[in-house]
Amino acid sequence: MTSDRLHKYGPAIVLFVGALAVWEGAVRVFDIQGFILPAPSAIAATFASQWSELWPAGLGTFLSALGGLALGSVVAFLASLSAARWTAVRDGAMPLAIAANSTPIIVLAPIANAWFGLLNPFGTIAVVAVLVFFPIMINLVRGLTSAPATQVELMRSYATPSRTVLAKLQMPSALPYLFSAMKVAVALSVIGAIVKEYFGGPQDRLGQYITLKAGLFQFEEAWAAIVLASAFGILLYTVVVALERRVMPWHVSVRSAS
Amino acid sequence: MNTLELTGITMVFNQGGANEVTALDGIDLSVAPGEFISLIGPSGCGKSTLLRLVGDLLSPTSGTAQVNSKTPHQARLDRDYGMVFQSATLLEWRRIAENVELPLEVMGVAKAQREATAREMLELVQLEKFSDHYPWQLSGGMQQRVAIARALSFKPSILLMDEPFGALDEMTRERMQMELLRIWEETNTTIVFVTHSIPEAVFLSTRVVVMSPRPGQISDVIDIDLPQPRVFETREDTRFFELLTKVRESLRKVEGEEPGA
Repeated sequence: MTSDRLHKYGPAIVLFVGALAVWEGAVRVFDIQGFILPAPSAIAATFASQWSELWPAGLGTFLSALGGLALGSVVAFLASLSAARWTAVRDGAMPLAIAANSTPIIVLAPIANAWFGLLNPFGTIAVVAVLVFFPIMINLVRGLTSAPATQVELMRSYATPSRTVLAKLQMPSALPYLFSAMKVAVALSVIGAIVKEYFGGPQDRLGQYITLKAGLFQFEEAWAAIVLASAFGILLYTVVVALERRVMPWHVSVRSAS
Repeated sequence: MNTLELTGITMVFNQGGANEVTALDGIDLSVAPGEFISLIGPSGCGKSTLLRLVGDLLSPTSGTAQVNSKTPHQARLDRDYGMVFQSATLLEWRRIAENVELPLEVMGVAKAQREATAREMLELVQLEKFSDHYPWQLSGGMQQRVAIARALSFKPSILLMDEPFGALDEMTRERMQMELLRIWEETNTTIVFVTHSIPEAVFLSTRVVVMSPRPGQISDVIDIDLPQPRVFETREDTRFFELLTKVRESLRKVEGEEPGA
């Protein structure tokens, strides 16, 4: 097991450490200025010294991302259920969903600020919800309608009520699609929350922190904030992967790994 | 009372459209309880369509179908059909026993009863040791046996089988045929069986229905008077070969060649 893990994660660790070393070396050898590219060691030091300010900001942003993720997922789930059930809803709602997906976040952010007030964290939650809605909805609609025709015929041959078909055939068939969507959505949620905050939001959040520090040419601080944001993104992604393994051990993507 | 009574069944797809196809034309067929009927014919002769009409997965353009003296729709609501397809269509997130229990779950059978039935059915197809496995851990032949166990779990009066052994290798196929005959004798189910294979149709059936394509019609019904129960040696019987020839010649008449695989 240990050697299996080493085999699996070894290359990633080597690559990561190697890249850091090259980065550090390049900054030192070519004497690159901190405002262009700070050295990893400088970022790490800043990370530690700024921790008391970074952590609450990061946590606030993270919770907003999480809230938006939850809200967007629930709405996308309900929307995809009705879109999978009624073709008219699918035909009517898809253009709207695509329009929502094409709306740039730099437009959404000021609107959210105008609607909910600059300092209301719900503005960030709403923007994240809009962002994650589309990938989840489109994947779920696809997943809910992905069962092969013969499996649908099989359920029909038992005179299965449609809500039972939904529960016993369509929803389990949609699980792999849901997890693929969630892997995209969790990354989007952290990015979305920060970018929204960048365009205005509470001061004690990562987006505003980065705006402020970059404005002051304190790029080590900005980079430290990015590292924290990445950590949250990786954390969410890991949770999704762990859930995926637990919920669908039968799936082809998971069973080879167990 | 016949299990199945088809009168003047016609099925037209895309009626009135540019790509209108008459899949079935004037099908008359009676099947007695406990019969094993094979539908054989070249691709496009409408044998799968006919099976789906009987099972109320499609509705005929004209003609009437009676299943146990009911409409196919009522028969489906009464859970008179067990369906087996060419692919096992097991639900991959369910363990083997849970797959067998699926129809019982849909029908609201209590858990203890479901588990007992699943065990009994898996014994019938000799897969009781695999009840906790997932479908992907089983070979194609084993998966198809699970599909048969699942179809029989609620004791339907008719088993509709659409090329169930079509994807299996020859050896597995012959074993499965023996097993299906054994199950047929034990359960006394009426079976309608779609196949491309002449030896399979002759070996299994009490009657072979030969169909011709474009439009799909019944061109011949051949009684298979081989002794019951069929055994391994039946395939080496002179009468078996005579019947093979009879079916083959009947098929040649409809298409001018042997049916494609």
